[in-house]
Amino acid sequence: MSSSPMAPPRSFRWSRRIFLTLLTGFVLLPVYVMVSSSLKPLADVTGRFRWLPSELTIRPYIDIWSTVPLARYFVNSLVVAGAATVFSVVIAVFAAYAVSRYEFRGKRVFTVTVLSTQMFPGILFLLPLFLIYVNIGNATGIALFGSRGGLILTYLTFSLPFSIWMLIGYFDSVPRDLDEAATVDGCGPLGALFRVVVPAAVPGIVAVAVYAFMTAWGEVLFASVMTNDTTRTLAVGLQGYSTLNDVYWNQIMAASLVVSLPVVAGFLLLQRYLVAGLTAGAVK
Amino acid sequence: MTTTVPDEAAERHTSPGTADGPRRRPGRIRRIGLPYLLLLPALLLELLVHLVPMVIGIVMSFKTLTQFYLRDWTTAPWSAFDNYRTAVDFNAPVGEALLKSFTVTLTFTLLSVGLCWLIGTTAALYMQENFRGRGVLRALFLVPYALPVYTAVITWVFMFQRDNGLVNKVLYDQLGLTDKPLFWLIGDNSFYALLTVSVWKGWPFAFLIVMAGLQNIPRELYEAAALDGAGMLQQVRRITLPSLRPVNQVLVLVLFLWTFNDFNTPYVLFGKSAPEAANLISIHIYQASFVTWNFGTGSAMSVLLLLFLLVVTGGYLWFTSRGRRTADV
Repeated sequence: MSSSPMAPPRSFRWSRRIFLTLLTGFVLLPVYVMVSSSLKPLADVTGRFRWLPSELTIRPYIDIWSTVPLARYFVNSLVVAGAATVFSVVIAVFAAYAVSRYEFRGKRVFTVTVLSTQMFPGILFLLPLFLIYVNIGNATGIALFGSRGGLILTYLTFSLPFSIWMLIGYFDSVPRDLDEAATVDGCGPLGALFRVVVPAAVPGIVAVAVYAFMTAWGEVLFASVMTNDTTRTLAVGLQGYSTLNDVYWNQIMAASLVVSLPVVAGFLLLQRYLVAGLTAGAVK
Repeated sequence: MTTTVPDEAAERHTSPGTADGPRRRPGRIRRIGLPYLLLLPALLLELLVHLVPMVIGIVMSFKTLTQFYLRDWTTAPWSAFDNYRTAVDFNAPVGEALLKSFTVTLTFTLLSVGLCWLIGTTAALYMQENFRGRGVLRALFLVPYALPVYTAVITWVFMFQRDNGLVNKVLYDQLGLTDKPLFWLIGDNSFYALLTVSVWKGWPFAFLIVMAGLQNIPRELYEAAALDGAGMLQQVRRITLPSLRPVNQVLVLVLFLWTFNDFNTPYVLFGKSAPEAANLISIHIYQASFVTWNFGTGSAMSVLLLLFLLVVTGGYLWFTSRGRRTADV
């Protein structure tokens, strides 16, 4: 069972079994509630909690689309998270390349500043950003406040610091000889970036993209302040099921599951890349 | 630019093979300008969304900024330190509430970070050796981290419902541990509800990082220790934990900052008005700003929060780096 030269003692294996079983239960409990409740009729979720549905129904999965405009929220979230991801990755690639391959004045200031924005409480720049967007709108007519554009702009900067940090690590691990060889072959620095460094760092770029998408897909604070009826994202829209007199818990659970699936599936599929990227920085 | 030094040296010695190298090199100005050009988009965005708002936030904290000045905040009258005085006057209602919220947040954060670290490290240690089902378990354990915050937390909201939730079903109906179904999302119990959700969501990150850290510890260390007769617990104490120190230094700090600043979890769990026992500071400031539309005081509170985090981070890094001769912090 064990690949180590010495088999671990029995007591260790038993304590491991107990601990990991309990932990699995704790982790999976909400997942079980989500899945089972999404297949229950309304009566099952308004009365005392039932471990098993009295009858299995897929009704909630049909109703979620009409109780609230879920499809619209879905499209909004997709557009916002998708665009934020694309921009964030491209911008992070350029910045990380500069830091990884060049010595220049202010390099350390740049990396420290960018990283330290990660520690700021979101609430600190929520108010000023809200005012900036409103004022830009009043002054120029560019509607940032309440628009998808404003949200995209905001979200892409959320994932940017961490993305740059992760990519610097990845780019550093691509041997410099490779891009120097490409430069000698007549590529400019950008040619070397796109023909040599980027292809060699695909796992890192995938990791950064997943991270950026997850960040944008799951954000609540700015979404709740900076969206209106037409631009509302899933993060805010899902609360629409619970403001009514009847709380449609079965539909909330069904909608939660539908909303989670793309992210969880993507995460588990690309897990290896993301984990490597996430941990590279901390372990170094 | 690092590459120019050997290039120039090569030129002077006119070694064969690099004779036509210099001509292909881009002009000096482009070479110096290029990194800045590459950084420009990131820099502009960070300025627009993080740094400029931060400066404005600091300016705002010195103004009497109510809803009447929202159209043009620059016209709001200056108020010197009034907002700060209001925020830290712990005998008046505003200051008292802020202090209470701060205490709650600090207690909550320390407990949550401690538990996340403990569970994550224990799980990682147990899973260091290969066994059947290890890969599946690892993927399962990452689910709380991968789920969008609001769908996970909304499920917990359902589980914590008094009348139709799972928690009361188990504690009251099935185990009979409480003499009546309890409220979990209002009143004092809300603190434990928040802590449970926060730990559920946060421990996989600790697990991930520690797992990665463990892989970097050379096997020979354990083998040598085993030869010397060290038991498993001793190996953990003498080898594993000391080797994990640098990893833990970053991990604990990141967990602390994330938990302390967390808005999403309490917001989805309790809605706009959190119960006093679980009134985390970011929710408190949000409320102080958007419910009363008093942005000046809200900004002053945010600035104080930032100062606190800066001091804690600086102190923590200084304290934990003493004796470590590495310069990577």
